[in-house]
Amino acid sequence: MIRNFFILILVAAFATIFASLFLNYGSSETLTPLATYYAENGAAEVGAPNLVTSIVVTYRGFDTLGEVTILFVVASVIGFFLKKTKHNNEEPAKRESSEIIVTASKVLVPIIIVLGIYVFINGHLTPGGGFQGGSIVATAFIMLLMANPAFEINHRIVHAVESISGIGFVLMGVFGLLLAGGFLDNRFLPLGTFGNIFSAGAIPVIYSLIGLKVGSEMSNILSNFQAVQNEKM
Amino acid sequence: MAIEIISLITSFVLMLIGLYGLLSDKNIIKIIVGFSLFDTGTHILIVTIGYLKGKTAPILDNAVGLTDVSQKIVDPIPQALVLTAIVIGLAVTALMLAYALKMYQAKKSLNIGDYKTLKW
Repeated sequence: MIRNFFILILVAAFATIFASLFLNYGSSETLTPLATYYAENGAAEVGAPNLVTSIVVTYRGFDTLGEVTILFVVASVIGFFLKKTKHNNEEPAKRESSEIIVTASKVLVPIIIVLGIYVFINGHLTPGGGFQGGSIVATAFIMLLMANPAFEINHRIVHAVESISGIGFVLMGVFGLLLAGGFLDNRFLPLGTFGNIFSAGAIPVIYSLIGLKVGSEMSNILSNFQAVQNEKM
Repeated sequence: MAIEIISLITSFVLMLIGLYGLLSDKNIIKIIVGFSLFDTGTHILIVTIGYLKGKTAPILDNAVGLTDVSQKIVDPIPQALVLTAIVIGLAVTALMLAYALKMYQAKKSLNIGDYKTLKW
């Protein structure tokens, strides 16, 4: 009772804060100076039509490196926690997968993977990018797991893709440091024609590596959950 | 109603629902769901802060062109930050679910009240 009362007080306090924020909200009319700089110079300096991508990959590339690192640490911690223990007998899956999912997965999995690859390769031109594309690729693996609960992702391949793309991402940064202006500078490759797929220097390469890394890490997390799920508890 | 008002209200309501669920529910899975709702609310709020009336997405296609870009687009920085925040939120959710799974394996219960030893 008293606990609910405190919770209500806390929620009401937050609601008051939000209400005062809401009442004082006036939408701004102009960009902040930093955003204005990115808007005016982004196309010439980075060469990517998608300004969000040029901020994520180039101007704030360190953020993205840290983000990928966090995802990697989480994937390793989950792999450590949800390790399959040998001495537990595995229960068979409780029931068969629905036929709709089994049939749909045969048709959809290749299409989903191609869509994911499309999204991360075109990250500098259209909305999307490495993280989104990687997540889409991982949904294909969810579908495979749902269609066939006994399906096991080949860990050796997933780990190889993950390590190679992670090292590749850092190497791209180092190339930028050696050949261009600084760490993760994309201009060591030619900027190309604005709006083409082979443009914006190293951004498509970096975003594809991020996409592969995110996709393999998420598939790894999923397969860890999957491996422990059927364990006798 | 203007779009920024709608998304502000949505974000505040989502955060309040998430906060209430986070604090009042006893089920670990539902606590995690509340946490995710709070997370989503903050993401919508940050994107809304970067919105400028009548401007378009920060992608320099034919509709925007290359001249006077700063007069035509919304703020790209909050969007880039939210992109980061979504991935971190996903990682945190996955980690919480892994803990929940391990806790369930240890005690066969998802009720937070059964875990007295964790209190300090």
